Amino acid sequence: MAKSNKPIVWGPFAAGGTLTAFLTPVLIVLTLLAGLGHAPDLLGYEALRAFVAHGVVQLGIVGVIFLSLWSAAHRLRITCYDVGIRADTLVATLVYAVAIAGTVAVAVILLRLPAL
Amino acid sequence: MSERAVELEVLRYNPETDSAPHFQRYAANCREEWVVLDALNFVKENLDPTLSYRWSCHMAVCGSCGMMINGEPKLACKAFLRDYPGVIRVEPLAHFPIERDLVTVIDDFVAKLTRVKPYLIPKEVRSLDAGEYRQTPAQLKRYKQFTLCINCMLCYAACPEYGLIPTFIGPAAISLAHRYNQDSRDGGRAQREEEIAATEGVWECSFTGACSEVCPEHVDPAAALQQVKIKSTIDWYLAHTMPWLTR
Amino acid sequence: MADQMTRKPYLREVPRLRWFFRHPRYLRYLARELTCLFIGAYTLLLVVGLTRLAQGPDAYAAFLDALGSPVGIAFHLLALGFSVYHSITWFNLTPKALPVQIGDRFVPDGVIAGAHYAGWALASLVVFWLAGAF
Repeated sequence: MAKSNKPIVWGPFAAGGTLTAFLTPVLIVLTLLAGLGHAPDLLGYEALRAFVAHGVVQLGIVGVIFLSLWSAAHRLRITCYDVGIRADTLVATLVYAVAIAGTVAVAVILLRLPAL
Repeated sequence: MSERAVELEVLRYNPETDSAPHFQRYAANCREEWVVLDALNFVKENLDPTLSYRWSCHMAVCGSCGMMINGEPKLACKAFLRDYPGVIRVEPLAHFPIERDLVTVIDDFVAKLTRVKPYLIPKEVRSLDAGEYRQTPAQLKRYKQFTLCINCMLCYAACPEYGLIPTFIGPAAISLAHRYNQDSRDGGRAQREEEIAATEGVWECSFTGACSEVCPEHVDPAAALQQVKIKSTIDWYLAHTMPWLTR
Repeated sequence: MADQMTRKPYLREVPRLRWFFRHPRYLRYLARELTCLFIGAYTLLLVVGLTRLAQGPDAYAAFLDALGSPVGIAFHLLALGFSVYHSITWFNLTPKALPVQIGDRFVPDGVIAGAHYAGWALASLVVFWLAGAF
């Protein structure tokens, strides 16, 4: 029986699961505050716009978005199988495609930001 | 201790006469301190000698009497009647084909155990003159808990992935492989990876954790499986990025 | 008496969806797995937010307004609940996946999980502070 290539998708899943465990709750609280009209300083347009102009920050954002989307995608793939959707290859392609698309979209948006 | 009249609802199946399993009720005169196995023995001895089931030690070390009791995988000798008020539903262990009554077909399980090479594969050839293997308490501790498996198959009955994907090699088999991989005397991890790191190996596991919850010996197979996943993943990335680091 | 018994093993089917209801642990597992829907949706929301940010102050302001709508608030609260459940289940399971052996003892699960909770609190405070929330 040949060794599986599952680690390709599981590695980022484990990393993303760990990252979202530490980070996502506080991010949600931040955007919730923003929605309620008590936006933290960094979420103001000027501050955030300046913040995401830095290359290091952009790298970080792309990494966070990728790992977060990928781990959610992988888990959704498994869940689909658990609830009886057996077309695993199709489901996997769809979920990972969304994760990659989201990542690429963010990268493109950030890279095309005009210089301040 | 006093008596208790227990109603058992047992799934029966006779391959020679039945097309499908069906429930049969028995009223067993038990003692309060009995276990479900005692109630079954009462039924077999006094009411229905045709009732078939596996059992042996009656003390939770042989792993023979695994069955579904009120829908939970349990050892019948460890399921105390006092914990089950009302009618007790007894069925054969889930996810295994039924041979007859409460006896399941365990060939698949045994084959899977065999596949993981559950024996010491020495790191190097060793002559008798070299003497016995020495092992520190720390080295023993590293794999000790995974030696406690009594092959009762409760974990397979609890594992939803095994239920959905019968080719999944399963918790006990992987824990057994892990037991040897963690043993300082063993050098066979690469060989076992062929079975364990395959798709039907550890990668069908979704860390439900049911296996560890039902394990009567506290082997914690779920822990073994996650540890195997991490080791296999590191191996994979090392092999594909730095292949000169051959094991 | 037949010389050879007729074998006809009977395989019980696993119910496609009812298996979740066999025991509360499977429902807890389902809840844990479903956290991915909310974490994934929220992350996509962040992608939208960054898009709006790039489109200029008006688009971004409209985005923040939408966050504050009843649907937006409700989504945030749901996402927060599921996200926290993900964190709790993840940290509680970490000691199983990464046991730490010191000598002939293992570091207790509670210590490893506890360290993660502490790290989570610290990371959250740091992010809060960096964001200028206080």
